[in-house]
Amino acid sequence: MLLSLMIFIPLLGMIAVLLLPRESEELIKRVALLFTLVPLALAVALFISYDRSTAGTQYVVNVPWIQAFNIQYHIGIDGLSVTLLLLTALLGPICVIASWRNIEKGIKAYMALFLLLETGMLGFFAALDLFLFYVFFELTLLPMYFLIGIWGGPRREYAAIKFFLYTLFGSVLMLVAMIAVYLNSGAPGARTFDIPTLITLASTEGHALNNVNFQIWVFLGFFIGFAVKVPIFPFHTWLPDAHVEAPTAISVILAGILLKMGTYGLVRINMAMFPKGLDFFCNGIGFWGNSLALLGFINIVYGSFCALAQTDFKKLVAYSSIGHMGFVILGLSARNDSGITGAILQMFNHGVISAMLFLLVGVLYDRAHHREINGFGGLGTKMPVYTGITTLAFMASLGLPGLSGFVGEALSLLGAYDKFKMLTILSTIGIVVGAAYFLWTLQRVFLGTLNPKYEELPEINGREILTLVPLGILTIVLGVWPNFAIDMFRESVTNLIDVLHAI
Amino acid sequence: MQPLSNIESLLYFSPEILLVIFAAAVVILDLIVKDTESSAVAHLSLAGCICVFATVLVTHFSFSHEGPVSLFLGMVQLDVFSSFFKVLLLLATTATILFSLRSEELDARLKGEYYALLLAITLGMFLMASSTNLLMIFISLETVSLTSYILAGFLTHNPRSSEAAFKYITYGAVASGTMLFGLSLLFGMAGSGDLGQISVRLTELLAAGEVAPLAVLIAITFILAGVGYKIASVPFHMWSPDVYEGAPIPITAFLSVASKSAGFALFIRFFYSGFGSSELMQAVDWTFMLAIVSALTMTVGNLAALPQQNVKRLLAYSSIAHGGYLLMGGVLLTPEGIGAILFYLIVYLFMNLGAFHVVVLIANEEGSEMIEGYRGLASRAPLVAWAMAIFLFSLTGIPPFAGFFGKWLLFAAVLEQGYYWLALVGLLNSVVSLYYYARIVKAMFLEDAGEETTQTSFSTGTFALLSVFVIPTILIGFLNIFYTFSNISVPVIPMQ
Repeated sequence: MLLSLMIFIPLLGMIAVLLLPRESEELIKRVALLFTLVPLALAVALFISYDRSTAGTQYVVNVPWIQAFNIQYHIGIDGLSVTLLLLTALLGPICVIASWRNIEKGIKAYMALFLLLETGMLGFFAALDLFLFYVFFELTLLPMYFLIGIWGGPRREYAAIKFFLYTLFGSVLMLVAMIAVYLNSGAPGARTFDIPTLITLASTEGHALNNVNFQIWVFLGFFIGFAVKVPIFPFHTWLPDAHVEAPTAISVILAGILLKMGTYGLVRINMAMFPKGLDFFCNGIGFWGNSLALLGFINIVYGSFCALAQTDFKKLVAYSSIGHMGFVILGLSARNDSGITGAILQMFNHGVISAMLFLLVGVLYDRAHHREINGFGGLGTKMPVYTGITTLAFMASLGLPGLSGFVGEALSLLGAYDKFKMLTILSTIGIVVGAAYFLWTLQRVFLGTLNPKYEELPEINGREILTLVPLGILTIVLGVWPNFAIDMFRESVTNLIDVLHAI
Repeated sequence: MQPLSNIESLLYFSPEILLVIFAAAVVILDLIVKDTESSAVAHLSLAGCICVFATVLVTHFSFSHEGPVSLFLGMVQLDVFSSFFKVLLLLATTATILFSLRSEELDARLKGEYYALLLAITLGMFLMASSTNLLMIFISLETVSLTSYILAGFLTHNPRSSEAAFKYITYGAVASGTMLFGLSLLFGMAGSGDLGQISVRLTELLAAGEVAPLAVLIAITFILAGVGYKIASVPFHMWSPDVYEGAPIPITAFLSVASKSAGFALFIRFFYSGFGSSELMQAVDWTFMLAIVSALTMTVGNLAALPQQNVKRLLAYSSIAHGGYLLMGGVLLTPEGIGAILFYLIVYLFMNLGAFHVVVLIANEEGSEMIEGYRGLASRAPLVAWAMAIFLFSLTGIPPFAGFFGKWLLFAAVLEQGYYWLALVGLLNSVVSLYYYARIVKAMFLEDAGEETTQTSFSTGTFALLSVFVIPTILIGFLNIFYTFSNISVPVIPMQ
């Protein structure tokens, strides 16, 4: 009940916002903030009361929905989903606050769509029925299309439709795989979409879902669907466009949550449900056996080098996201305790850090109205507080020990080194390049002589600091005390590894 | 069960009789009412639709316990399948009458004929959904075709409309002729016009080797020309963009929904009752041919829709593509396939008619059917723009709208029969279709109207009618009751 409430409160908020008159903008923003703060409170409550000692799903709700196809409204949380739910619920109010001043037109529609988006994301992380999972997955598409397309930058139309087409392409392949799984799950009448049941069936010897070839094909179908979302090379080209054009808050959601939907799907469906398929791509012989790790490696190195070449601040952060998501893929492909733990931790950390980075880019853009890195210089003297927070975020992102980014990446690499020695060693290039572009940016923007144009640049204000502080605290806390998060999903990971090695 | 005689059948035939009475009443009322501004005939037709609707339901519920009833010595059949289509067709007719009331392009002096013809075409479609005899099939098809030719050319002052009617009649005549030839071949081989008997006779003859499977396949192909023409499947689709563009918008909406539904009713009954038995299928595999037609239809429809600038023409091509999706369900020969078609037709009725309703509104307001006319609609009339966006995304098949659930049922049925390639073609087509539907959404939401940003106000009636389409488009997929349509296929599918 608590969980359902949390998912659908933003939807209620959307209806409330739609009923308010268009002119009362302050009221609309306050209502939207309220309806994102309530899920946050509920998420914190879930996070605290979650029983860390078991891998089983908790707060389960299971009600029949479309009986003709055995589709259920089945939701519940385990350690992985509860962390991502917390992240989503946390970024909700932060994004509403970040949009307080810089959304100039149609605030009503903006907030309504944002609340709809939040329902989609929360529902996605809690869904335990494959059909429901897909519906929530797709539910995030429409609001995102409008949010980028209406409130975005100059090339917003192109970016919005590109995002939409790429994601839809991925998700139709996922749909085929999903129907194939459903049809093979049993005799007519006994088929199911229930994810826990399907996981059990898929590991039952002799069941149709247990067949290696079948698993490889459906693995591919789901994988492409999620790979577009992550994004994994070569499906990544929508991401820089979408990020550059999207308004700040939407970039935050995009990097913070939507990318995690891809990796979450990989863990929840691809790994847990198709261990034999995963085995083929991570443990098999020859090229295919290394393919997943190879994709992770390409993401890391390619993303980092692309980021190095950017002169647009936001694009730099966007490409650095591609690089950091590569660590998640690399960690997952290792299929061992430290790899998977590191990957999940990296998902959470990247959500926090990239949210910070995009918020910081937004702060600068709101003042200077451009994002050209070479156009700044010496801002450190004008905006000391801003410089301090940005340095923290940069250091966290480049993996400075003591901040959260380090732990996730180190664990991912540690896990991957067991299996893919060469690729892991080469992947560390990404970390070096990451340090290079962040430090170089720091130098170009904040050090040197002050550009006279920006003599009057005002310091970061209270509202903006308010959005950054919770994220900054999280990066420090998770840097020195990662078990704070790891404890949540330790049992779930152990359980997942048992499934992976039971084949 | 023994077919009923002519006199006994009349009671079972009351919806059709009532339709004829109302069509005649409309003509007479038009003679009495002299005022060209009066909408009395339209309201009489609406009343007619409601009465017939009630009669269809009463007839269905009083006789459904008897199972399928064969009427007029085996010419037509009253069963749950035909009742389903009658309800669907009446909904489309009612919506068309409501559109016509609001449309400003129709000639006020000719409205008596217009509404009488609308009721007449509905009668023809009723018969298409219930015919079980070759002769009756052809007559009902011709009733519908001839009436549509007139309705398509109803804008007498507009040369585009006349062109549409002319193209329609030319293609139509060829298609009907080809179909008639196919029917005569079939009749010659089986010696009977009754679909059930044709099935039995052909099975015997094929088993005995007295009829070549190729001959049957040729007859089927010729007949497919007539049916394919009605549902606008490739390669018999060429008429539809021109006709849809030239015809009055309410008629375009009607043709794209009702004509297609009736075509599918005929298609399903003809192929399933006549050629659906497994013995016949082993000799003559017509489903593969249909699968190719289906893949081609959706691909051609979607690709041709991509560059269109005229929304009506764009929706015409999109409706061809939807015909292709629907045909996928037709190749399966399973109750699930038929159930998926019927579900999709309901969803399609609401979302497509809704989209056409917006086209009527914009045509009245802007005097244009081009995409440019939709620019900045979100700031001029936000509710209409959002409704249109919902219809278009539902047509694309994006959750949580009903179009997604419709496609999902179709694809699930297709995959269940192992047609993986066909499902993949269909799904990739959905992605392609997003591009052109999104162009309209883009014009409405992402582009500014230019200098004039005056609010456009629509009447409450407009919003009421719009919500009649929007609410089902959002809700149908979530409701359990709509997933039981595979039961309706029982009278059509032959005993295996």
